[in-house]
Amino acid sequence: MAPSELLINYLPILVFLVIAGGMSIAMIAGSLLAGIRKPDSEKLSAYECGFDAFSNARSKFDVRYYLVTLLFIIFDLEIAFLFPWAVTLGKIGMFGFWSMMGFLGILTVGFIYEWKKGGLDWE
Amino acid sequence: MMEFVLWIWGFWIARTVVFTLLVTVGLLLAVAYLTYAERKVMGAMQRRQGPMTVGPFGLLQPIADGIKLFSKETIIPEQAHRVVFLMAPMILFALSLIAWVVIPFDKDWVLANINVGILYLFAISSMGVYGVVMAGWASNSRYAFLGALRSASQMVSYEVSMGLIIVCVLLVAGSLNLQEIVLAPRPFWTQVLLFPMFIVFTISILAETNRAPFDLPEGESEITGGFMVEYSAMTFALFFLGEYANMILMSAIAVTLFLGGWLPPFGLAFLSFVPGIIWFALKVAFMLFVFIWARATLPRFRYDQLMRLGWKVFLPLTLVWVVMTAGLLMTFNALPGQNDGAYAYESTANIPANIKAEQ
Repeated sequence: MAPSELLINYLPILVFLVIAGGMSIAMIAGSLLAGIRKPDSEKLSAYECGFDAFSNARSKFDVRYYLVTLLFIIFDLEIAFLFPWAVTLGKIGMFGFWSMMGFLGILTVGFIYEWKKGGLDWE
Repeated sequence: MMEFVLWIWGFWIARTVVFTLLVTVGLLLAVAYLTYAERKVMGAMQRRQGPMTVGPFGLLQPIADGIKLFSKETIIPEQAHRVVFLMAPMILFALSLIAWVVIPFDKDWVLANINVGILYLFAISSMGVYGVVMAGWASNSRYAFLGALRSASQMVSYEVSMGLIIVCVLLVAGSLNLQEIVLAPRPFWTQVLLFPMFIVFTISILAETNRAPFDLPEGESEITGGFMVEYSAMTFALFFLGEYANMILMSAIAVTLFLGGWLPPFGLAFLSFVPGIIWFALKVAFMLFVFIWARATLPRFRYDQLMRLGWKVFLPLTLVWVVMTAGLLMTFNALPGQNDGAYAYESTANIPANIKAEQ
């Protein structure tokens, strides 16, 4: 397939992106214009169950959210490697199979370490 | 000559735009009536009637809701980052739409028949997290921020197992193109092998779309509205539309990967006189019913239970399943492309005859 032909397959995505983006902008802009707006300071303050906001929302949060994201990056990268491997496994044979098993083995060791260290515990 | 080429291009783009608008409008209608169906089904499951007043059987209720949300006042909190605050719902909504470009509704009824369709879907559905995090951060409210953190880590956690399940399907189908995944021959034993993955995938998409029983980010009693607590009017409506469009999208992905897309159910060839898109719609409707059913039946998970299920149950299970699927397919020479493709045409028993002929 010529490169231009290959790219034509992707062009509908661009068209769709423009239409979807335009539609969402139009919906919000239309509603901003159509709705009556009477702002006052109570309405515009951050919601905190009826209290005045105690403090700024930009504050410390639990480090485990960060940990989860780090773990996610590791495993998502691994999945990105698995995709082409899974599609071509029939052609790359035993060598391809065992190399990926080695890779997964190393990853599993890391995962078990993470588990035993308590990185996956939410209490 | 130049003019002719321009005509061709103009025609092609006009055609794409028309199809895109058809898909989008169809999807928005589907979303509107999904909310209606949800309220009706939940009503029936709780021995109520659901919406009854607006129009016959309440059929105009979603339209009334839409008009109401459109004409409400948009409140942008003064502490909020205005641009990011308004961008977040747009991003979520636009993402839930553009993923549909690669979904095959019927044979060759697909807007962009790209070779890496499933990778594209995976990428687009991952990007939903941005909308959530942006909404939570830009609102500058504690509930919104905590809700966004919860929602984001929940979505990324279940994405890992979803990715591994998709790898299992790819091993059997041998292609990243969604049409080829649907048409790939699946002997009975590989379907048995994939069935547990279908169950896990269904649970994962419940978590991925923040639906009950995994609707922690919206757990009213502890965190009010989660990341969308500061949103009102159309900005809220876009989140809502995005969430429901995502539900339909995830159901469509599950149908394409596991339930044979537009093909008649259970490979019953005599049913193939019904147009494929009807089978596709029926299967998606079934998946959506499961979503609503789960919401009406199951109590909400606790956050630690949710993370435990994602990381300590689904991740090891799907990882083992990938290794097992690969090993079994390898051992029985059942991988697509193995033995120079001699296998691929042997067991096409579950594909209807008219499609087999076209292959």
